Amino acid sequence: MIKNISNLGDTAVYCDFGSEVNETINSNVIDYFNHLSKLVKEEKIQGITNLTPSYNKLIVSFDLNITNYKETKNLIENLVIQSNVKKNNKKIKIPVCCEKEYGLDFERLNIKLNISEKEILKLFFSKEYFCYMTGFIAGMPFLGDVNEKIRCDRLETPRVKVPKGSVGITEQFANIYTFESPGGWNIIGKTPQKIFNEKNLVEPSLIKPGNKISFYQISKEEYLNWNE
Amino acid sequence: MSNVYFEILRPGINTTIQDCGRNHMYHEGIAVSGAIDQRNFKIANKLVDNHLNEAVLEFAYQGPLLILKNNKINFSITGDVIFKIIRKNLKIEDGTCYKNYILEEDDQLDIISTKNTAYGYLSVNGGFQIDKLWNSYSINTKAKIGPNNGKKYSTEDKIFIKNSRLKKIKKIEINFSELSDNIIRVIKGTNFDYFSSEAQNSFFNKEFSVTKLADRMGIRLSGYNLENVISTNIKSEGLVRGTIQVPADGNPIIMLSDHGTIGGYPKIGVVIAADLDRVGQLTPGSSISFKEVSLEEAENIFKAYNEDTNKYINECN
Repeated sequence: MIKNISNLGDTAVYCDFGSEVNETINSNVIDYFNHLSKLVKEEKIQGITNLTPSYNKLIVSFDLNITNYKETKNLIENLVIQSNVKKNNKKIKIPVCCEKEYGLDFERLNIKLNISEKEILKLFFSKEYFCYMTGFIAGMPFLGDVNEKIRCDRLETPRVKVPKGSVGITEQFANIYTFESPGGWNIIGKTPQKIFNEKNLVEPSLIKPGNKISFYQISKEEYLNWNE
Repeated sequence: MSNVYFEILRPGINTTIQDCGRNHMYHEGIAVSGAIDQRNFKIANKLVDNHLNEAVLEFAYQGPLLILKNNKINFSITGDVIFKIIRKNLKIEDGTCYKNYILEEDDQLDIISTKNTAYGYLSVNGGFQIDKLWNSYSINTKAKIGPNNGKKYSTEDKIFIKNSRLKKIKKIEINFSELSDNIIRVIKGTNFDYFSSEAQNSFFNKEFSVTKLADRMGIRLSGYNLENVISTNIKSEGLVRGTIQVPADGNPIIMLSDHGTIGGYPKIGVVIAADLDRVGQLTPGSSISFKEVSLEEAENIFKAYNEDTNKYINECN
């Protein structure tokens, strides 16, 4: 449940669900997000312009011409939330090629974690991940939790350009760069699969908060010949 | 389909289509975008008798040089902008902002530059012939979405204009004046207590200057390093336009319309809605200072901002 509600400036409500990052808290955030999204879509509430769920926060932006902080806060406090995260519990499998030219940071991980490339891949591919949120850039999923043995800090100096499709790990999280972008995650491979599709107007992001994601390894040949 | 269009002879630095923005997409990682200066965007539309949310051309610093093809149009430019109209017979007229003009077929419009601000707006009666994506015309060059495949305009691109109803054109010119002080009003951020008391005082008392790293995504400031005494990282969470984040180096960054939708730096403050237009218009090298206001004050200032905007809109009638 929401631990504290405050204002983020004069056009957003900041809902704090706690400070830890885990599936229970995040599922709670997603329940509120889904519930409010439905009310907005069905035009049962007015003035909400954006809902931004993250690990343990939900930001509700509103149009100050239509409503205000006090009204929106009251609305959120009076919601009766039913958990329907199960509906969101879709399983998605993502192919990844980990050849040297795509897995840019194996050397760094070898040194930092004192663990072989083979072991990193075994630990990475043997787990199913939970999608906590999407964002920063369009459709980028924040997944967790990676095995404790392969948790590593961000690069000291972020890359100016991380190639589109790169799969990265940092701390307890994994993500996929849906566009070429600056970034500091440890890159271990690249997926040929389209994760964000702007032509799909209804569901542009393949991966949504609450989804379960597993990765499987493909060869360079499979990567180059990938056809969706 | 209309066959009336502008051909771009010189694109300018960052020329894009914008409107009031794209809502309900933050959770997909897509920023609101939209015109940086919402007031000037609305006035531009009203000057040519458009709906206030019709798509306009936004330009930054150096604007585009355009030639009009296949019909005449009614246009207007708002902001602090120097522009000329080059008539087909090569006669050159100096342009005045906040006034509507007729541009004839084969005339050129040379938007030379903005003066003391970053952005200006070009509106045409009837609007541009483009499609909305997720309920907005705005070009988001970061996510590569919106008209023109999400890219800023280049030389030889054509921007089609809807067939307008150019029957009787009322000449309109309004007097626009904006207060020019650089005091930006903010509400304390959700991580205000992460900063040392000295940093908290300095935030509201020192001057900051706008660095060269200023664009539609955000503005980086320098001048005083704000000391963080708790943690220079937070678990990534949503951002809104106007959020002031402070990374480990202590230099604040103000988020603007094309910002990343989530971020992991502590938030020291949030610029109030009424001051977002002015913040967005700041140019590199200018000095600003922050003034704390309460939520209630911010809401009242927003009402006054709206009344002011409506005053200009009504002057166009």
